[in-house]
Amino acid sequence: MMKQTNFRAALLAAALLLGSGSALAEDNFWLWLVNFSRQKEVKPVDNKAYQEECGSCHFAYPPGLLPAKSWAKLLDEKALESHFGESATLDKDTLKEIYDYAMANSAEKSWYKRSRKIALATEEGDAPLRITEVRYIKRKHHDIPEKMIKGNKDVKSLSYCNACHTKADKGIFDNDTVSIPNYPDWD
Amino acid sequence: MKQLFTLLALIVALFMSSTASATTASNELFARYKSEGAAGFDAERGKKVWTKEVKSEGGEMMSCMTCHSDDLSKEGKHHKTGKLIKPMAPSVNAERFTDAKKIEKWFKRNCNDVWSRECTAQEKGDILKFLLSK
Repeated sequence: MMKQTNFRAALLAAALLLGSGSALAEDNFWLWLVNFSRQKEVKPVDNKAYQEECGSCHFAYPPGLLPAKSWAKLLDEKALESHFGESATLDKDTLKEIYDYAMANSAEKSWYKRSRKIALATEEGDAPLRITEVRYIKRKHHDIPEKMIKGNKDVKSLSYCNACHTKADKGIFDNDTVSIPNYPDWD
Repeated sequence: MKQLFTLLALIVALFMSSTASATTASNELFARYKSEGAAGFDAERGKKVWTKEVKSEGGEMMSCMTCHSDDLSKEGKHHKTGKLIKPMAPSVNAERFTDAKKIEKWFKRNCNDVWSRECTAQEKGDILKFLLSK
């Protein structure tokens, strides 16, 4: 009996030790399990080519906002010839770097909380091509009146994450960081 | 006297390096376009290509100026996404035409978006000549 308690205490101590280094966090299941400062949000973009190429036309959506099956469809050489109606072709080397980065950091590969939820919401069914089609994202924005998004000249669409999410570039999307243009009192 | 010379040499070197970077990329492309069959390049012809209006898929008339604005020293705005596009004129935007890969990337995308085909080597060279003169 005593032995078992000791063992448990040792396990807890080991877990605390491991968990104290937040830099170690989220890299795999075991580190995630023992990490007490869990990453609540989405991993921010940390690839230069991805940031530059995607970000030269629109907000560079962190790969953790869609599952791998979606990125595979979007970041296809042929598909990029008409990327939501615009040509977004890339040379082979750049495309490979961006594709590999998106696949390695897609929602189901990430241990960040929001990515886990997106992974769960997209597990079944067709791969969504728009982040705004993901059930979890839809639910989160469900109660915001249309006039504040579509009817708001400084927002226009749910696709412009960073129009309201002031820390979107850092992968932070929680309520406290939201500021809807022209609706300062919304809570 | 010696100091003055060093200073002068430094200024000349700086000046040369800053203009050289702009021309290295475009010279490289002019040579490539020639090897692809283009004859000489002409800014006037380039201007005509740049301003030529064609009917887009949506039915409205479009040209390069639809997004790049008709004043090349000013910012343009993408007609669909609203993205702001930095001025094309190298006289106000020194970064323009210093990266051959970037120039080719946008030629490929934008020709396809406006004309539904890639531009020829001749067209690209003429446009480049026209834009470099701004």
